[in-house]
Amino acid sequence: MAIIERSITTTEAFSVATPSTSLGALKRPVSSTGWKSWLFTVDHKKLGIMYSAAALFFFIVGGLEAVLIRLQLAAPNGKVLNADLYNQMFTMHATTMVFLFAMPMAGAFANYFLPLQIGARDVAFPRLNALSLWLLVVGGLVLNASWFLGGAADGGWFMYAPNSGPIFSPSHGVDFWVLGLQVAGIASLIGSINLIVTVLNMRAPGMSFMKMPVFTWMILVVQFLLVFSLPVITVALVLLMFQRSYGATFFDVSQGADPLLWQHLFWIFGHPEVYVLILPAFGIISEVLPTFARKPLFGYPFVVFSGASIGLVGFGVWAHHMFASGLGPVSVAVFSIATMAIAIPTGVKIFNWLLTMWGGKIWYTSAMKFAIGLVVLFTIGGLSGVTHAVAPSDTQQTDTYYIVAHFHYVLFGGMVFGLFSGFYFWWPKVFGKMLNEKLGSWNFWLMVIGMNLTFGPMHILGLQGQPRRMYVWTEARAGEGFFNLGFWNLVASIGSFILAFGVLMFLINVIHTARKGKQAPADPWDARTLEWLTTNPPKPHNFDRIPVVHHLDEFFHRKYESDPVTHNMRQVATGEELVRAEEAAADAHIHLPSPSYWPLVLAVGVGILGMGIIYGAPIMVVGGAVVLLASYGWALEPSTAEDIDFASPSDGGHTKEIATHG
Amino acid sequence: MAETATHADQAHHSSTGLSNNKLAMWLFLGSECLLFGGLISTYMLYRGRVITGPRPNAIFDIPFTSVSSFVLLMSSLTMVLAVTSAQRKDDSRTNLWLTVTALLGATFIGGQVYEFTTFYREGLGFTTSLFGSSFYSLTGFHGVHVSLGIILLLSLVGMIKKNKITGNKAEVVELIGLYWHFVDIVWIVIFTLVYLIPS
Amino acid sequence: MSTTAEHHEHGLSDSGYVKIALILAAITALEVSTYYVDFGPLFMPALIVMMIVKFVMVVSYFMHLKFDNKLFSFLFYVGLGLALFVYFAALATFKFFIA
Repeated sequence: MAIIERSITTTEAFSVATPSTSLGALKRPVSSTGWKSWLFTVDHKKLGIMYSAAALFFFIVGGLEAVLIRLQLAAPNGKVLNADLYNQMFTMHATTMVFLFAMPMAGAFANYFLPLQIGARDVAFPRLNALSLWLLVVGGLVLNASWFLGGAADGGWFMYAPNSGPIFSPSHGVDFWVLGLQVAGIASLIGSINLIVTVLNMRAPGMSFMKMPVFTWMILVVQFLLVFSLPVITVALVLLMFQRSYGATFFDVSQGADPLLWQHLFWIFGHPEVYVLILPAFGIISEVLPTFARKPLFGYPFVVFSGASIGLVGFGVWAHHMFASGLGPVSVAVFSIATMAIAIPTGVKIFNWLLTMWGGKIWYTSAMKFAIGLVVLFTIGGLSGVTHAVAPSDTQQTDTYYIVAHFHYVLFGGMVFGLFSGFYFWWPKVFGKMLNEKLGSWNFWLMVIGMNLTFGPMHILGLQGQPRRMYVWTEARAGEGFFNLGFWNLVASIGSFILAFGVLMFLINVIHTARKGKQAPADPWDARTLEWLTTNPPKPHNFDRIPVVHHLDEFFHRKYESDPVTHNMRQVATGEELVRAEEAAADAHIHLPSPSYWPLVLAVGVGILGMGIIYGAPIMVVGGAVVLLASYGWALEPSTAEDIDFASPSDGGHTKEIATHG
Repeated sequence: MAETATHADQAHHSSTGLSNNKLAMWLFLGSECLLFGGLISTYMLYRGRVITGPRPNAIFDIPFTSVSSFVLLMSSLTMVLAVTSAQRKDDSRTNLWLTVTALLGATFIGGQVYEFTTFYREGLGFTTSLFGSSFYSLTGFHGVHVSLGIILLLSLVGMIKKNKITGNKAEVVELIGLYWHFVDIVWIVIFTLVYLIPS
Repeated sequence: MSTTAEHHEHGLSDSGYVKIALILAAITALEVSTYYVDFGPLFMPALIVMMIVKFVMVVSYFMHLKFDNKLFSFLFYVGLGLALFVYFAALATFKFFIA
């Protein structure tokens, strides 16, 4: 499909439509408003918004699952969930949060802002971009359909073998889980190839790699991690699917199988995945901190290269998730050292952020608060991470709440805070309105308090030995005094409600802003990067003219110049003036990609195909037929004649197009 | 690319001067290395683990597989000839070589079907042993890739005939060629590791 | 984006490709001969070396990496290198190479 994808198809200036027949029968969708304009869009901005809407929905689903878990554990002999349902709950909580919230939300930011940050009008493959979104939605639906079709997966998010096999997990839950992840994985793989090519090839003139914003850099690293780690989980999922659906023996110990094979395959993917989750947040706050400290990012090349080296070393540390599995002393020592090594580039970043703020005129907006929150909370999680790298202490902590505490500090305190920082920072860019700062402050503080109350006590619970997946505890075995498990479980549960309330504040803020939010000025934060060199929200074609880049932080350097005498930066233009100037000098003819039915049809076909694996061959045949039809429709859909992409309408491009398709 | 750089509309320039499609294809192939790597490793780990059913050395028919491997190897040559024909804008030659490539690929798949049925009759089912599961998964996955390649090649022939390719024709041929050669190099590895080196 | 891509590509001529294919065929014949002739201790290393040679030849010539932009080689070989690294390491933890 990628084969005939064109990055740009021709239309008259600013319009989005190319009504040419596809497959003889269907005309290309042409709406630029209404629901059709969303369903069939290939605009990276609309796709980005839909990504974030889907991710936010799953964030709420996963969050409610978490609250149920905490309700069950709040008091001894919990009755909220039975053991089986509890297993499903924590499995789906983790799976949903990782694959359906965190990755798509990072994908939403990447989709929306990466082309804007590099001065492009869209991604390299707009239709594939739409396909990624719809596959993700299909994958999420398949995954969660299991709730209504016989129970969800219950093997924990890493679904260890042989527990995931047909004997120990007889319901279809794991099958749905496998298929849902497989489909979501394909979505991410396509998305990552798309974004890498976009960064490599679609940068504005003058934007060399070392002039790219850090967010773009981190997204690039993440996409490389995805491209090379997703196939590994694909293999693992295929093996598991073959075992469950077709009787293969891969994890069947009675046949001499090694269940550790699953662990290796899962974590070879799973550890890079951890960086897939955190690096986008690092990228976001590397934009937010300099903006609100009003200083350039301290040590830009160090931040970039430490991010890249985190990515690279991230491929060599997976077995630290398996220290308790009997790998043998040599393997444990090697992976232990490699894991400690990763603390170095991470530490470099922390110091870069601190030194960015050092001596700056800090402006404590909600975005800035969340960014600082990330630096603090991630550091706590990072430090407990170092204790896992030490194999002997890790053996003690394995499968206890200490682990739960650690990864929630890095993922919630790190990643989620970074994403929220991004919400507040970029909301005016996307929707043209400012999120309310007062509600934002409530949002932030409730989340900080809630998160520390929820996950802080888990360190104590874990070191006291509370197992990670225990569904019920009894007063008789809860211990005494300060280390009483009951007390800390209750604190954690109360914390989770405060946390949920904090998130609710954000949703209230969103609704409040949509109804009576204040209109955003062109450059509300005195920002630094190219995405602000256009209107809020950006026009369909992003930039009225493609910017030519001379500096890192190009937008800032267009606003400020160094005074030749004092060497202080002085303002020479406002952001608003710059945006106006761009509008005045707009390109006459701008080619935009055209909407298409096929990404949506193809994604639905893949979903049906997957259902066929569970419910039998006839459904598979239907799904396969839809996939085939969509693929041919896609391949035959006239993008444009090849010259058109390069010829501007003024020298005959447009007439030529009519000649080709007319 | 110099040609594009002169245009006023900067939206169409490519920062590296390389084709988007080709970059994407190479990334995809790099990613596929990890996919087949995982399947090959699974096979290597499990090939000796047979409790019931035949062992690898008892069942492989090296002369037969050598012939089908050779057929697939030669299909890479015909593929590359299709690419050079396409670069010379010689549509009929391109189509000829593409068709020959697809036929060679189909021969290989035919051989694989024959091999699978023979093995099955000799007692090696998909569920018989770890060796069986991992062998059929690995070679089956490869077979699916070849089959997909055949579909791509034949579709390409049809599209060239009907002049339905709106993009750069030579590049489309080249991209499908890259995929085809990749499937071939995977078989080069499988042929040695699975068939020639006994467990 | 790619109309001119062919102009600065220097692939081989058709006869050059045929020569490559002949070499590949010869190596394959040599590989198959190990099934009939005893290579002694050289058996395994010889097969591995021949496999690598064939692999690299197809990638470099048929797939043009030798003539193409280095970025393509980078993207492919990073994937290949990572695959080799992670799977060798994983198999090593199973003591695959000791037994």
